Amino acid sequence: MGLTGIQIFQMLPKTNCKECGIPTCLAFAMNLAAGKAELSACPYVSEEAKQKLAVSSAPPIRAVALGTGDGAFKIGGETVLFRHEKTFFNPTGLAILVSDDEADDAVDGKLKRFTELSYERVGLILKGDAVAVRSVSGDQAKFSALVTKVKEQTQGGIILIADSAEVMAEGVKVCADRKPLVYAATADNADAMIAIAKEHKVPLAVKATDLESLAVLTEKITAAGVEDLVIDSGARDIKTVLHDQIHIREAAIQKKFKPFGFPTIVMPFEMTDDFMMETLYASMSIAKYAGLAVLSDFQGQNLFNLLLERLNIYTDPQRPMKTEQKIYEINNPGPDSPVMTTSNFSLTYFIVSGEIENSRVPCYLAILDTEGLSVLTAWAAGKFVGDVLGEFINKSGIKEKLNKHNLVIPGYAAIIQGDLEEEVGSDWKVHVGPREASNIPAYLKDNFGS
Amino acid sequence: MGIDIPKRSYSGAIRTITVGKGEKSFAVGGETAYPFYTFEGEFPNAPRFGLNILDIEPEGWAESLLEVYGDVVKDPAAWAKKCVDDFGADIIQISLQGTDPNDKNLSAEHAVEVVKAVAAAIDVPLSVWGTANIEKDTEVLRAVAEAMDGKRLCIGPVQEANHRQIGAAALAYKHIAVASSPIDINLAKQLNVLLGNLGVTDENILIDPTVGGLGYGLEYSYSVMERARMAALSQQDDRLQFPLYCNLGVEVWKTKESKLPDHENNLGEAKPRGILMEAVTATSLLAAGGDIMIMRHPEAMKLAKQLSKEMLAS
Repeated sequence: MGLTGIQIFQMLPKTNCKECGIPTCLAFAMNLAAGKAELSACPYVSEEAKQKLAVSSAPPIRAVALGTGDGAFKIGGETVLFRHEKTFFNPTGLAILVSDDEADDAVDGKLKRFTELSYERVGLILKGDAVAVRSVSGDQAKFSALVTKVKEQTQGGIILIADSAEVMAEGVKVCADRKPLVYAATADNADAMIAIAKEHKVPLAVKATDLESLAVLTEKITAAGVEDLVIDSGARDIKTVLHDQIHIREAAIQKKFKPFGFPTIVMPFEMTDDFMMETLYASMSIAKYAGLAVLSDFQGQNLFNLLLERLNIYTDPQRPMKTEQKIYEINNPGPDSPVMTTSNFSLTYFIVSGEIENSRVPCYLAILDTEGLSVLTAWAAGKFVGDVLGEFINKSGIKEKLNKHNLVIPGYAAIIQGDLEEEVGSDWKVHVGPREASNIPAYLKDNFGS
Repeated sequence: MGIDIPKRSYSGAIRTITVGKGEKSFAVGGETAYPFYTFEGEFPNAPRFGLNILDIEPEGWAESLLEVYGDVVKDPAAWAKKCVDDFGADIIQISLQGTDPNDKNLSAEHAVEVVKAVAAAIDVPLSVWGTANIEKDTEVLRAVAEAMDGKRLCIGPVQEANHRQIGAAALAYKHIAVASSPIDINLAKQLNVLLGNLGVTDENILIDPTVGGLGYGLEYSYSVMERARMAALSQQDDRLQFPLYCNLGVEVWKTKESKLPDHENNLGEAKPRGILMEAVTATSLLAAGGDIMIMRHPEAMKLAKQLSKEMLAS
């Protein structure tokens, strides 16, 4: 595990052909060792080297793909314990539970919400990932009918939950082409579940009663040739769940303990009947390492908040989140409304737009592409300066929409006022706004309130 | 089969700070492992949960907040009492929003009067929070510190630019300085060094890392807090070995999502949405090491407290 850059370099063609996009083979090798490049970028690497490198570069936690097409997503593949050490890669998949003892209209409502509840934020679409279909009745026909319905009405991943291998086999048959997760192989039914997973080439969840028995079971299953596993220690109280998640992640990453080198699944729906507490259990599991979390239901109030948390926790700390450069309309602006300006660092955008909304004063908000830098940093880097901002305003066409031409710059960028006036011309009046977003409502009410 | 579970050895501990005076005073901190890693260390003091009131009647607050408090929001003392008696707050934070020079600009005398009335109405510890305006906070918080001599209030935000004045007042009148830095571990550390130089002793400092609400910078606070805990516990950085004070309610409840009506933008019912937004923020901050959580909705506080209790259950 973990070849050094030099060891990798020895296996490369050493031709410095640059076709991988990197100037030298040595630099490419260093990037591979650091996990910043993919071996597939090298067109000339030998098969033998590929195999050796694949083994050595396999992440300590296997990445498992679920679903197909637009509904495909990955879990696992993580390499660190704390997000600031690098980043978390594959966000916790959120699944909604339907059971074969639920009334039809309840199921229909859930499937509708699964499909309809989605949110746009920082240019990303946030939504739930999978439907978990559970056999409660033990009836094969009922189960496969429900699986069929889920398959027909939704695009996402599918998790099949059944204790009995006979029931499971019926469900998998119906949706094997959607790459469902089979939940779960236990000490009692492992052989039959392994056979199902192998026959249909689908990932298999492993459910144990504690960490010890989990390790035994995953060893057995990998030895039988099933590699795409998702693991569940069986804990159903939040304290043990948290501890198990930590132990599994740390053993896999720090000790390369193979039996735990898989993404995990947690079951908040089984931990409480209280919808609010269930949401908090899921929340803790997003922060601490769960690969999948199955919830009793998706409502806007739980799903939106969990998706936001997931977005926050899984954002790459080294890459600032950016908002699209454009002129946003807030509180229905008209020809007399001022044009506020700021950088495209997402947090700046969210906070400034939120404060403008709070003021209830109609405004345009011009977001300049500063490559995700905040106002002050962007100014220092020459990205939030008079001529750049002025050019954006001039080309945006906003001037023609307005009778009054008031342009407001952030207080921290007061220094660009002169240059900006020069760039946009004397039709515009350039104002210096407050330094802190929290003072925006008072500023707007005083200067541009009706 | 043997499972190879790594076990850390920690070299540091979080300081234990006693907040407030009298029967309902409490200790926070003292933990010797990462948040809720009870298999690796001691957690002698569970996180504490407080509610946030204002010195003036709130404007623009979400309906579910106004509904849960009712008429008491017009009277800070009655409001504080309700938070303690009805909702079980461990601590009350009064935010002196009325003193904001960009708004009502009420006087230091007003602040002192309100703080005294609130302190008289409750038996739990009190935290007094300024508007983050350097000059005005200096004036207001010094006056409050003096008037409340010896009560061991939490006083904040103590920022680098006014740490001398407010720090000195906290020192002179035996309060706790809540050292506030803008989501930056080095600045947090630096401010604690400065407070130490001023003579504020280690029993009288809490760290306010500045928290972002869910979807509004939570990730930055989360990582700064995790890193602060790692520095404190694993790298013996004694200038970061202080409990973390999270002023999260105000951040959550100023977002537009916390106020939108039922079902707008697919966001579900307004009341549980806002409550969960605050409770999920609290959950994340607890996971990152929060010791004192200052919240706004009693239901959200109750949920977060329950979670914390379950995760520390023996």
